[in-house]
Amino acid sequence: MDNISKILKHKITFILIAIVVGFLVAALVLGLTGYNPLEVYRILFKGMFSKPRYIMNIIIKASPIILTGISVAFALRVGLFNIGVEGQYIVGTIVATVVGILFDFPPLIQFPLILIAGALAGGLYGAIAGYLKAKRGIHEVITGIMFNWIAFYAGNYVVSLERFKDPGTTTTYFINASGFDPVYNWKMSPVGQELLQQNSFLREILGRTSANIGIIIAIIVALLITFILRKTTKGYELRAVGLNKYASGASGINVEKNTMQTLLIAGATAGLSGALSITGVSQRLFELMALENYGFNGLSVALMAGGSPIGSIFAGLLFAGLNYGGGSIQLEIGAPSEIIDILIGTIVFCTALVTVVPLLIEKINKRGGNKKC
Amino acid sequence: MNIQEDYAVQMRGITKRFGSFTALAHVDIKIKKGTIHSILGENGAGKTTLMNILYGLLNADEGEIYLNGKKVDIKNPNIAIEHGIGMVHQHFMLVENFTIAQNIILGKEETKGLGVIDIDKANEKILKIIEKYGLEVDPNELIEDVSVGMQQKVEIIKALYRGADILILDEPTAVLTPQEIKELLNIMHKLIQDGKTVIIITHKLNEIKESCSECTILRRGQYIDTVNVCDVNEEDLANKMVGRSVNLVAEKTPAKVGDVAFEIKNLFVKNEKDLYAIKDLSLEIRKGEILGIAGIDGNGQKELVEAITNLKPTEKGKIRINGVEIQNTSPAYVLKNKVATIHEDRQKVGLVLDFTVAENIVLESFKSPEYSKNGIILKDKIINKAKELIKKFDIRPGDSEELAVRGLSGGNQQKVIIAREVENNPDLLIAVQPTRGLDVGAIEFIHKTLISERDKGKAILLISYELDEVMNLSDTLAVIYDGSIVDTFKQGTVDENTIGLLMAGGKVSG
Repeated sequence: MDNISKILKHKITFILIAIVVGFLVAALVLGLTGYNPLEVYRILFKGMFSKPRYIMNIIIKASPIILTGISVAFALRVGLFNIGVEGQYIVGTIVATVVGILFDFPPLIQFPLILIAGALAGGLYGAIAGYLKAKRGIHEVITGIMFNWIAFYAGNYVVSLERFKDPGTTTTYFINASGFDPVYNWKMSPVGQELLQQNSFLREILGRTSANIGIIIAIIVALLITFILRKTTKGYELRAVGLNKYASGASGINVEKNTMQTLLIAGATAGLSGALSITGVSQRLFELMALENYGFNGLSVALMAGGSPIGSIFAGLLFAGLNYGGGSIQLEIGAPSEIIDILIGTIVFCTALVTVVPLLIEKINKRGGNKKC
Repeated sequence: MNIQEDYAVQMRGITKRFGSFTALAHVDIKIKKGTIHSILGENGAGKTTLMNILYGLLNADEGEIYLNGKKVDIKNPNIAIEHGIGMVHQHFMLVENFTIAQNIILGKEETKGLGVIDIDKANEKILKIIEKYGLEVDPNELIEDVSVGMQQKVEIIKALYRGADILILDEPTAVLTPQEIKELLNIMHKLIQDGKTVIIITHKLNEIKESCSECTILRRGQYIDTVNVCDVNEEDLANKMVGRSVNLVAEKTPAKVGDVAFEIKNLFVKNEKDLYAIKDLSLEIRKGEILGIAGIDGNGQKELVEAITNLKPTEKGKIRINGVEIQNTSPAYVLKNKVATIHEDRQKVGLVLDFTVAENIVLESFKSPEYSKNGIILKDKIINKAKELIKKFDIRPGDSEELAVRGLSGGNQQKVIIAREVENNPDLLIAVQPTRGLDVGAIEFIHKTLISERDKGKAILLISYELDEVMNLSDTLAVIYDGSIVDTFKQGTVDENTIGLLMAGGKVSG
């Protein structure tokens, strides 16, 4: 009993169980609606892994939500629910586009400049919510939701401006080529083109996709945030504030400052995610009809990852993989791709229980010999 | 053991396990009808668990309960109430913005039919109880407007209203002034004269001597003894309770005081309701002196500590440590000026429960070059420090440096805080309710630590609602009432009754 509950208490075990449960529930739904779940899952995995290009596409789609996931996971550690991540992401895309169009420095400056500008913008945007929380006691969820819409319409406003709008379209101009992702610029260069001609594998994963360095940056950020949280005095402070702000305050830690800094860092991570989407994938800003959910999907990723920044990498890949592979379900056997939403929803729901279930196990253990439940 | 009818309660072979932990092991207890019976034991001895089983809040794994000689199965409190058992918990369960009468009838309302409450009928019944037992309360007052002692009376009336013949009181005197304690003892005697049985759970020895006829002692879930209180002295009781001999009165030499280290001048502080909780309060503490503040909870002690530690702003007045003004600065600045605080709420304000012992030890000093370099935490050094302090302060378990503090017992959690604060080497050490809820062994250790810090020449501000503690430890004793210090005394120049009177807002004549 003790050993079983020890294994069960381990977070990763629980997340894996949640994933299995998710697949079982989705299978049940599929079965009830007359589809063979095994067939559907075979197609799902074929759509994810059968070609190297698919895997690359999953990685590309995962990169932004890994970063927004890290943003949410980081804030969670400090006891804040960064639902404003969507708006911070959008502000990142807006500022990246504006900077990318207005300036034209050499690539070595232009590309980092765009990323820094996007991150800074997202960070400041998050810090406003942090300031309101720290100084005025306004809950970050309220401000976050409202700020998401402000960012949404601000983006559409920028697209409408004469200086940026590509006439006859609903998008801005492309950002200057100096700001394109280095992978893109390399594959477009004569050297890159020649190599792609010779190597069919590279042509498959780089030439036919929007491969970009987003995933590398996401991994670096995950490692960096983990390092900050675990090894530095700042991380110690942030964790202390997240776990008990009263004891932290009484111990001389500035709770207000840490609240603002947390949303600054979380916002910067989301803003960076937005900037990377511009440089690496879309290269311009579109007028939006609805929120794109890169931020909100980050919430799901962070929850699936159990609030771990490193875990967000794997959760982001899983999330993107299921969504990407889900497309082929509909194409090949006509099963609704919404089944993927049910699948992901169930996994998130079950992982959210991760925090609850160990408590339940403890309670059951405490009852010991008591037969009644 | 025979089942006899003159025992109101007999519990036989009661065993209760929580997981692998045995809270009670084959405990027997017999309580005579119409007596006051006390249950004595350290924290964690199983006193409250045993009574919770009698009241049906917990179910025993083994054992039998007999009431007036008849075997009963008390599955839940409703059944206990049906059998005439009432319990007053340590933390009162009253609705703050209801009147006393409304609280008493809650859940057992008299109705005129159709669910309309017959308040007159209820009041009549309540007044009868009040008169009979001398429980003087005004049924029309709101709970939030009356004192803690009054609230306790309401709880007692509540139990009697439900027809209790056996009344269990859990640590009833913890929150009362000496005068209120006397009143409670009177009430208890009236209750037994009327044939009721009173069971009190306590770890205060002198009260047992005063009030009870019999006393059952528990230690770590084991039944130790039942004694007639007249036959034993307090030392015997304490030894039985702890299992070794203990010093009941902290040993200390006369204070060797130095210059004034800490002073407060004409301080005014507001509370959450924007009312003055501290009014024109002044005090000073010299090096090598323990200043104890006696007072009933809610007379400004909380606000005073929050003002000194800068968790709350002050309106007027000055707070100086070593001549440096610290009012309206920041908690960090206060710490830097060598003021260390053992806060009252150790779990909320004193510790980060999910941090390890080591992480909690450095909560105030993690930025010092000793524990971090260029913003990187030096984990090894912190662990080593924690190991050292665990040994020095006898924190158990002895290898807990990387365990979450949450898993430690209350006494050991407090030791972690004390280790951290004493290690800060402060000039002023503030200790608020440092021994609340701790057992005799831990209390002894904490008192010794405070006295040894004093002997090192530190100024110590002790705030406690336990009058015994303040009177024992303080070199100078100040009484706080309604936000002001009403009087101060040197140790030994004042008796408990005078202090009690001042604590309750009375005046001392002459």
